[in-house]
This record gives sequence, structure tokens and C-alpha cells, in this order.
Amino acid sequence: MIDLEIILTAVFIAWACALVGSFLVTREMAMVGDAIAHAVLPGIVLAYLISGGRDSLWMLTGACLAGVFVTLCIEWVQKKARVQSDAAIGISYTFLFAIGVILVSKYGQTVDLDQDCVLYGEIAYVPLDRWMLGGLDMGPRQTWIGLGLFTGLSVLIFRGFRALTLTSFDPSYAATLGISVAVWHYALMGAVSLTTVVSFESVGAILVVALVVIPPATAYLFAKTIKNMILLALGFSTTMVVSGYYVSAWLDVSISGSMATTGLVQFLLVMGLKPLLIQSEKIPSHGLKSKG
Amino acid sequence: MKEIALEAHNLTVSYHRKPVLWNIDFKIPAGEIIGIMGPNGAGKSTLLKSIMGLVPASSGYVRIFNQNLKTQRKKIAYVPQRQSVDWDFPARVIDVVKMGRYTHTGLFRRFKPMDYEKAKSALEKVGMLAFAERQIAQLSGGQQQRVFLARALAQEAELYILDEPFAGVDAATEEALIKIIRDLKSQGKTMVVVHHDLQTCREYFSHLVFINARLVASGPTQEVFTEKNLASTYGGKLTLLSKMAELVAEKEFPVREKGSSEFKKSS
Repeated sequence: MIDLEIILTAVFIAWACALVGSFLVTREMAMVGDAIAHAVLPGIVLAYLISGGRDSLWMLTGACLAGVFVTLCIEWVQKKARVQSDAAIGISYTFLFAIGVILVSKYGQTVDLDQDCVLYGEIAYVPLDRWMLGGLDMGPRQTWIGLGLFTGLSVLIFRGFRALTLTSFDPSYAATLGISVAVWHYALMGAVSLTTVVSFESVGAILVVALVVIPPATAYLFAKTIKNMILLALGFSTTMVVSGYYVSAWLDVSISGSMATTGLVQFLLVMGLKPLLIQSEKIPSHGLKSKG
Repeated sequence: MKEIALEAHNLTVSYHRKPVLWNIDFKIPAGEIIGIMGPNGAGKSTLLKSIMGLVPASSGYVRIFNQNLKTQRKKIAYVPQRQSVDWDFPARVIDVVKMGRYTHTGLFRRFKPMDYEKAKSALEKVGMLAFAERQIAQLSGGQQQRVFLARALAQEAELYILDEPFAGVDAATEEALIKIIRDLKSQGKTMVVVHHDLQTCREYFSHLVFINARLVASGPTQEVFTEKNLASTYGGKLTLLSKMAELVAEKEFPVREKGSSEFKKSS
């Protein structure tokens, strides 16, 4: 039962990450996911200090604002200083993360937050935090939050599918059709921030980045269309976290670490199998590129 | 006087406070094929982007069929340079062409059978129907250009703005593209094309706009294609140009831009 609760939570969060990650990877913005995952820290701490408690609505708002703020910083640094996008990402998020760390160390005694919990999160503790409804045990709170997040993002991606796809592929053309590229960009960035902060408590920032990047990147190797890529990414993220969980149980090691590792192993397997499939001409021959 | 499809009035555009286009002022009649000519860095692409509202004007304005761009979006279709997008994006040819129908369906309404038909017929016009299910990463440069044109055709606009459609495509594709452009003209559409090749421009365009940061000349080809206008457009490069012209007269040496086509998106 505990196995199932942890696995289900991980699967829901992995699905949410795969949804937003698919668009980040096709926009060549995978590392923006990493930046957001770190930059939400000061948002969380400030929201905590202002509201004076671990009220999740405040925390979510603070984190989302910080997440969108870091994407603004990245664009600003890139435009004003005219540096490469990866340098702009590095400058912006380390700055915000540093402020977060300073805030935690300054107010650490009064704040029930520590860097370990934020960075590494511990999915093994998920079953401890129950959602009680009128005395009835509904299961772990995080599982429901994960499911809610995935549902919400599904609606956003489903409704915004055309806009997100078009603004990812050809933003200038999208603008000539009268579509607001900025609105969809920040909607996606807001969704990434939300995903990151919701996933924090259960899986930690590092696994969030792995979940956002690895399954979509694996799917990208095969996918013919973006729809295809999202569905494949959902599949790959499922196999990644389920196999990761059992590997960790088998070796008695960190669950998050195992999941990130099985994700990589899966990516390498798919990459290795690709040439065989290309020969049968069933899949496209494009590959992953790095940017900058 | 014919209807004016496109008018730029005292248009000035700046990047990082440096003006790229100064006081551009011209009128383009409807139902013609118009070439926009100028050397590299003359601001041709910037002019198109400004017309499409992609870069803001510092002063002046653009009118499309005598109105603001915002009210005329359905009448104008833009074909960007094909190097401006990532062709490794996971999409099929038909997916890209269907994007052209969004002006009619919007972002949320379902596609009707008619929308699919129009996307397919646009592909047929550019000779790419057989490639509809093909992944766009597998296309050649010329095929990419045809797909971009098909996407604009699916918009069923009145005014088409093409940014260097002939750059880096083979001769057969160039011929096919100009044929489609002429077909559209014969249906009463206005075609505005950024072009490089001085050899073919008299043959392709009934009207020309010469720019080099400023407007040099605009008008019917036989009136404005003069040595004086060429000299002030291409400036110091004209000596090279006249040499080339001699060469052409002697050997029919093709003057076509090379190299610029193979640039990949760099940021």
C-alpha cells in the first residue's frame, strides 16, 4: 500500500512535469525549467515571511511569481547585456537562488524551511502526510495534489494546444496571426513554476528537473508530432518513476536518485535503439541539439 | 489609380536606438507582383517585419488596404525566411500548413472538413501533397520553402508578404515558386517579395521598391530600374555589379546569392 501511494504520487507529478517539459524541450528552453526550479526559493521564503505560515496558497503564489520573474530576468539580461541565453540563465537563477539561501539562513530559526528539504525533497515521506476528510483517510495529501496538478495542466495544454505549439514552432508567424506570443509564453512559464513548487515537497528540485527534461527529451528522439511527443513523454515518465522506485527498493538507496538514474538509462536505451528503427524508416531522423 | 494594397508613410524603425530604416514612404498597388530590392543589411526584412507588426515603428505608419494592420489580419499572409524556424520541430508537413487556417478557425474552434480540404489544396498547389504526412525534419530547403508558402496559401489572404523565398532554393523550385506567385497575381492577389537577384528582378516584378536604409525609388519596373537608382541602392558595390553585368552579357553567368541560405538559426 505504501509502495502504491509513493508510486502513484511520483507518477502524477512525473506526468505533470512531462506536459510542461515537452513544450520546454521543443522551445529549446529545457534549462529554463532548471532555472525556475531554483529561482522559486526566494518566492517561497518571502511568501512564508509575509504570510507568517506555511499556507500553501501564499507559497504557490510567491513561487509562481518568482518563477515568472526569473524568466523576465533571463530575457532582460540577454537583451541588455547581449550575452548568450545559457549565460543569462546562469546569471539570473543563481542570483535568485542565492537570495533565497540568504533569506533561509537569516530567518532559518523562525522559518520551518531548510535547504535540504527544498533541494532534495523526500518522496519516501509522502505516505506520512494524510488528507483527512471528515475523519475519513483519503490517502496521502501529495497524491491528491499531484493528481490535481496533472488535471489542471492537462486542461491548460489541451485548451492552449494550438497556441503553445504555434508559438513554440514559429513565434513571429504566430504574432502575425494576432496571437499574443507573450501571453502564452508566460502562461507556460507560470505553469512550469507551479509544477516545480508543487513537486518540491514530494520530490525535490533535482528530480523535478530530471522529470521535466528527460522523458520529453527521450520522446523527442522518436516523436513525429508534438501530440505524439507528449503521449510518449507520459509513457516514458511512467516507466522512469516506476522502475526507479523498484530499483531503489532493491538496492535500498534514495528513491529520487534512482528515478533520475533510470530516466537516464532509459534515454540511453532509446538512443541506442534509434538507428535500428531509422533503418526501417518509421521514425524521423532528427536528433537532440544543444543550444548555445 | 488602382487600389492601394500597402502603404508605408514616413516609416522609421530602430534597433537598440539605431535607426535601420529611415523615412520609408511608398505605395504599392493591388494585384501586382512587387519586388523589394536592396543590398544585404539594407533593412528589407526589417521592413517586412514592421509591415507585419513584428517590430515597432519609431515613427510613421503602415496601412493595409487603407486600414490598420489589426483590422486587416485576415487579408495579409506572411511567409518568413525559412531559416527563421527550427525544422527539427516535431511536426508533419500537414500540421504546419494547418496553422495557416488558424486565422479562420481561431485557436479554439474545431477544424471543419473544409479547413482540412483547404490545407490540402494549398499543399497541392505547391506540389507537396504527397509529402503531407512527412516529418518536416526530412524536407530539403526548397521543400521547406514550398511548405511555408502553402501555409500562407491556406490563409486565403489578399496580400502576401514573402521574405526571400528564393534564397538557397534550386532552380526548379524557384521556377515553381514564381509560377505560383504569378497564379496568385492572376487571381487578383498582391504579392510583395523580397528579392536579391538583379538578373531576374525585371522578369519577375511589375513594380520595384529599392531601399538602402532609406527609400531610393519605388514604382513600375520600367521606370525605376535605372542605372542611377541601382547606383544609389547598391552604392560602392556597383563596380562589382557592372563587372557582373558584363560577365552575364558574355557568358550568361548566373548571379545568384550563395552562402546566405545555409545559415542556421543562431540563437
